[in-house]
Amino acid sequence: MIGSTKINVIVSQIKVLNDLVTCFEFKTTNGDLLPTFSGGAHTIVEMQDGVVLRLNPYSIMSDPFDQTRYTISVRRDDQGRGGSLFMHTKVKVGDEMVISYPVNLFSLDLRARKHLFIAGGIGITPFLAQIKQLERSNGYWELHYSTRRPALGTFVEELLEKYPHKVSPYYDEADQRIELTSLLSGQPLGTHIYICGPKGMIDWVRQEATDFGWPDEAIHFEEFLAPIPGKPFQAKLEISDKVINVGELQSLLEAVELAGVKAPYLCRGGACGQCETSVIEYDGKFIHRDHWLTDDEKASGLKIMPCVSRFEGKKLVLDR
Amino acid sequence: MTIQFNDESFRGDYTFTNSDHAIKRFPFPFHEDSYMYAVNMEQHQGGPTGSIYEKRFDVDEHYVSEMYDRKLVLAEDPLRCQSLPHMVMAGWDLLELIMVSKSEDYPDLFELHRDGTNWRWVNKPLSIDQSFIFLDETSLPYGPMEYITRQTQGDFCILDQRNDNLWMDAGMVTTQADWSLDFDIGMNFFEWHAPVPKAHEMGIFVRALKFLLSIQQGTPARRLNWTMTVNPLLDTSPENYHKWGVQKRTLTPENIGQKQYLRVELQTFFRLPRSNALVFPIRCYLINLEDLVSVPKWARRLHRVIRDLPIELATYKGFIDNRPMILDYLAPFDDGQPTSDGVWPD
Repeated sequence: MIGSTKINVIVSQIKVLNDLVTCFEFKTTNGDLLPTFSGGAHTIVEMQDGVVLRLNPYSIMSDPFDQTRYTISVRRDDQGRGGSLFMHTKVKVGDEMVISYPVNLFSLDLRARKHLFIAGGIGITPFLAQIKQLERSNGYWELHYSTRRPALGTFVEELLEKYPHKVSPYYDEADQRIELTSLLSGQPLGTHIYICGPKGMIDWVRQEATDFGWPDEAIHFEEFLAPIPGKPFQAKLEISDKVINVGELQSLLEAVELAGVKAPYLCRGGACGQCETSVIEYDGKFIHRDHWLTDDEKASGLKIMPCVSRFEGKKLVLDR
Repeated sequence: MTIQFNDESFRGDYTFTNSDHAIKRFPFPFHEDSYMYAVNMEQHQGGPTGSIYEKRFDVDEHYVSEMYDRKLVLAEDPLRCQSLPHMVMAGWDLLELIMVSKSEDYPDLFELHRDGTNWRWVNKPLSIDQSFIFLDETSLPYGPMEYITRQTQGDFCILDQRNDNLWMDAGMVTTQADWSLDFDIGMNFFEWHAPVPKAHEMGIFVRALKFLLSIQQGTPARRLNWTMTVNPLLDTSPENYHKWGVQKRTLTPENIGQKQYLRVELQTFFRLPRSNALVFPIRCYLINLEDLVSVPKWARRLHRVIRDLPIELATYKGFIDNRPMILDYLAPFDDGQPTSDGVWPD
């Protein structure tokens, strides 16, 4: 019963931002207004790639108050399973697509006196919507944005032009690094920190902030994992009495859905916990990749998050 | 107007009445002959025509009088309506949700005209015609949450969502079953549910919280809750216990049919889009035993539920002392026949 309501949209604009990132704008097919949302929300984009239906989450980066369009950015991943490549190579202006209602798992804490944003690479996108939201209510924010080189610093110019005193860019290739020590020690009481970017960056900032004595409640982060390709495997779904084959480029969740079995989900990126599935029997090893299960749960062999985790072995029976 | 609004009171002379139509659509809460806690959630996406589930915010014959009663409660005790500073956006979310829903669901009673942020709200039953600027608090006579909930039946809790928990950070609470917003404000989901017996051990709240945290835009949910109240009192608050608690002693075998009410709450849950908060409207419906037993299935079933309810629950719900008298009244209506599944009359 949990899942999200769908919206039929048309691709109204495609903008290539640089070598890696392309921006897509959606409007509703019937001309209705889109639902409002809060900064940090994502939408699940459905991609019919041949026989495979891919559902990938992307942060909505447009103005939360603009109900005429949603904009997302997709970073091309040549090693991925093909979702981002599908968006980059197959999707054209005028195409009809299906997206989900917005879901926010990375919401602003509206109690914060100041919002400190730390972005790495494509992790900038949720902050773009949050900045627009805060600007409307005269919110106090600051952005530190790290990318590999200026050419990949998507949106840097636009941000610097609009908010020259609030935005600081850093480029790895110029050996520029966010000075976390001075940044974290110089914040006013009531500041909340938000991190979105590669895993290494998230771990680094969280650790430093914790070491400085920042309370957990003031540290927010979002890392959606994309499912990774892996060896094909078979699973039995006990309740629905079906045997499914999970292909190399398919996630276990996608294979369950393709078999016509309803499974709950929200983020499809190993973070929200909705798709947690009990393992009834197994002979083999799990490749757990989610942020949801505890280490003990992962070691127990009793649970799997089918959106991002896989299995290698002879037998897997799921309570689904 | 399609609804004939009653002129009635929920205090003093208690002139509250249910019409035959109101009795027929009463949300009888027991789908079987016994009751125990459950996370009995379902989607809130309409329901049978004329039922209380049909519209997003049900408006019935008691609307105008309930709003007058709320005004009286607030005049005596302004702390029944509170909103912590970070909940202003959620208040606008709620105002938008209710105005849009009511104007779409009851176009003959309510109108909303929007031109950018210039909005005009027309509430015909309460004779209100208000132009204001959306998101500009100075353009309304009250804050956005207070403004709209002075015009909407039911209590409202706005729950902020953070740290994988829900926090009671704003609300309008004047028709409550013995709990206090002023006491609970700022508490999290487990803290404000701490007094409920048995349910913690049963793991009910852990499951309920998990469900609520994942409610998303476009998929509101609902459930029913219930208790018993002597006299048609909307305001059974701890703040006023000294006024209504003693009334529980006024029941006699002669007056119990008129004075003892089954109190049912329709609880709904909506994700608020701009703030990502969750709003939890709690709508109270009252029916006295005399009206309830006019539906034979409900009479039989209520007798069995009340008779078999665990002692802790009857105590928590505040009718343990009156239970024998309630059972004496209901017993003659229970002929021992089986009852059909579900809540609807046969």
